Amino acid sequence: MLTYIFRRILYAIPILIGVNLITFMLFFVVNTPDDMARAQLGAKQTTPEMIQAWKAEKGYDKPLFYNSDAEGIEHVTDTLFVRESLKLFMFDFGVSDANRNIAEDIKARMGPSLSIALPTFLIALITNISLALLLVLFRGSVFDLSMMIAAVMIMSVSGLFYIIAGQVLFSKMWHWVPISGYESGWESIRFILLPVAIGVFSGLGSGVRWYRSIFLEQITQDYVRTARAKGLSEIAVLFRHVLPNGMLPILTGVVVIIPSLFMGSLVMESFFGIPGLGSYTIDAINAQDFAIVKAMVFLGSVLYIAGLILTDLSYTLFDPRVTL
Amino acid sequence: MRLYLLWTDILVWILVAAIMFGGWRLLRSPLAKETWYRIFYAKTAMASSIVLLFYLGFALLDSIHFKQVEPAKGGSIVSVLDMAMSHQRSVSERTYSAPFASHEYVMSVISDPKSGKPVQRYLPLKHVQDGNILEESIIGIGVGLLLAIGLVMLHIRWRGGHAWRSYARDVWFGKSSLPWRTAYAVFTILTLLVVWMYVMSFSCHVLGTDKVGGDVLYAALKSIRTGVLIGTLTTLITLPLAVLLGVAAGYFRGWVDDLIQYLYTTLSSIPGVLLIAAGVLMMQVVMDSHPEWFASTIERSDLRLLFLVVILGVTSWTGLCRMLRAETLRIAKMDYVVAAKAFGVSRWRIMLRHIVPNLMHIILISIVLDFSGLVLAEAVLSYVGVGVDPTMYSWGNMINQARLEMAREPMVWWSLTASFVFMFLLVLAANLLSDRVQQVLDPRRAA
Repeated sequence: MLTYIFRRILYAIPILIGVNLITFMLFFVVNTPDDMARAQLGAKQTTPEMIQAWKAEKGYDKPLFYNSDAEGIEHVTDTLFVRESLKLFMFDFGVSDANRNIAEDIKARMGPSLSIALPTFLIALITNISLALLLVLFRGSVFDLSMMIAAVMIMSVSGLFYIIAGQVLFSKMWHWVPISGYESGWESIRFILLPVAIGVFSGLGSGVRWYRSIFLEQITQDYVRTARAKGLSEIAVLFRHVLPNGMLPILTGVVVIIPSLFMGSLVMESFFGIPGLGSYTIDAINAQDFAIVKAMVFLGSVLYIAGLILTDLSYTLFDPRVTL
Repeated sequence: MRLYLLWTDILVWILVAAIMFGGWRLLRSPLAKETWYRIFYAKTAMASSIVLLFYLGFALLDSIHFKQVEPAKGGSIVSVLDMAMSHQRSVSERTYSAPFASHEYVMSVISDPKSGKPVQRYLPLKHVQDGNILEESIIGIGVGLLLAIGLVMLHIRWRGGHAWRSYARDVWFGKSSLPWRTAYAVFTILTLLVVWMYVMSFSCHVLGTDKVGGDVLYAALKSIRTGVLIGTLTTLITLPLAVLLGVAAGYFRGWVDDLIQYLYTTLSSIPGVLLIAAGVLMMQVVMDSHPEWFASTIERSDLRLLFLVVILGVTSWTGLCRMLRAETLRIAKMDYVVAAKAFGVSRWRIMLRHIVPNLMHIILISIVLDFSGLVLAEAVLSYVGVGVDPTMYSWGNMINQARLEMAREPMVWWSLTASFVFMFLLVLAANLLSDRVQQVLDPRRAA
């Protein structure tokens, strides 16, 4: 088990290096340090000396991939790519354009992001699965058909509309919850309620359809026929046989998301003014703060890869055939 | 005036030509023809493809551009749709007005012509002519009905040949081989709507005006091109990448497979929105430093749309590639492929003749499945600030502006409603069609 985890983490390293290479290509080769310096210092009256000074201050004065001035191994290591990558691997994200420590900011903003993303994830999981089970129980009926039509309709509306409609109805017209904002501690529940509800509802369509198709695939299997032949009731068949066997495909799709919950949701957080990582990213994009975007890309990939490893580990818990 | 095709126009017409060619090839094969019959045997598929065809029609009308060389027009670039809507383009109101309104939505302070004192008035709209809305509606609906019935009759005559009377009877009672009755009904309704709105647009603003007095109907119609283009052109980038790499990985295996797997695992481990955002940010930097690439704002936003499509394509081929690789691995072990190998058929020929045709169902499912997702993604990306150019008409930009209008008192609801309805219809139609395509083509779901 431990050796397996260790091996998986080793496998992740080349992928992260690849991720770094892609971001590096985007942020340093397409947009060279000289361009960055000009953009930062203002287009007019920048002398080559000023650009050099800015690059030296930021540590961008090294060659990109190959340093011909250095000795031995330093040909490769004393370059911008290796230096920048190493910093990211150490989770040293540097400072933003506003001169704030990015790692500190990220740490402070994970909490609010999680306070929206985690309840949304859990409530959505439970409602989607229970609704899907209900539909499978009444499969082929008018109820099933009308719910499936409703699901396609829910899927066909852009998430932005749910947010705007929710804010107008529940905050502006009925004054049930504040329109946006955030407070720490238990006070935050008022602010969390609406985003969570909207998040759950907008994912209902695709979620229910997906779980329903998983359960329907199970229900044609031989073991279900055997269970029915034993005289089990349909509900017992669903909960004792179909649900546990459906867990495996569900785990594949669900566990991988869990670490990424830290990243929050871009749209949700910016609409509701939640000071989480999603709105942090959006602000960075609008301000063209490349250091933050770069850090978020790296963090997102790390969390996704962690999700993949977690998925494999979760198989060992739920599928007795899998041993590590 | 001379024809002036933008980059995306050229790509769209290439895509149309490719689809036509593919359709012609398909019709020659009886097996494929039967599959298509099975797809369109469902009423939902028939109805939704009629809706999609309407959207496609508007997108294509908006994809033929002309450059006006007359000195008075100042070399502006307009599409066929712009020309059809020129009565709306020539007049611009001052600010918000509700659908069908004759006056502005907010009061303005003007000096009273008699007393000279400042008074608050609802100012009349420039474009609105005094006319009877009911009367004009009847004219519009009449013309629409005539047009729709005429076209339906033509189609019946064409399909039925000499026995068109009995064929028409079959259609009426729902006995035709395909649900044409549904198709004609949807077609008639949509034609009525379009003609009615078009006729009404000559005398008033059917869907109201936005903050700077632009017609909302015009904006919504112009947005169709953006949405449809993002949904379709992206697949033009995705498909070659996914098919080439997926089949190569599954067929050659070994180090080719390792390399391609590494490539798509790496790409797919970066969160989609962030990768797109990073790509678009860098594209902006590149475009800012090369102003010589575009002569006007319309060309600039067109180039940006093209880049956005490329970025979306490059970031979204991984899922399909993974599926194609797995399926190729399975097919490559089949007897007929082994037999072809034993006969000395070349590798490329095996891939082209024996493997790719058997992947077609996966490719097709993913094309229609991705379309609706891409249309929805456009709105979110525009909101995040990494979508199409802010000067371009798109549903995302419309929603983005309308967001602030909802906070006004009284609410300005028509922009948001218009973009909602236009987008919802398109995405719903695409979702319904993709459901049917999946049902027929996916062997796992057919069981």
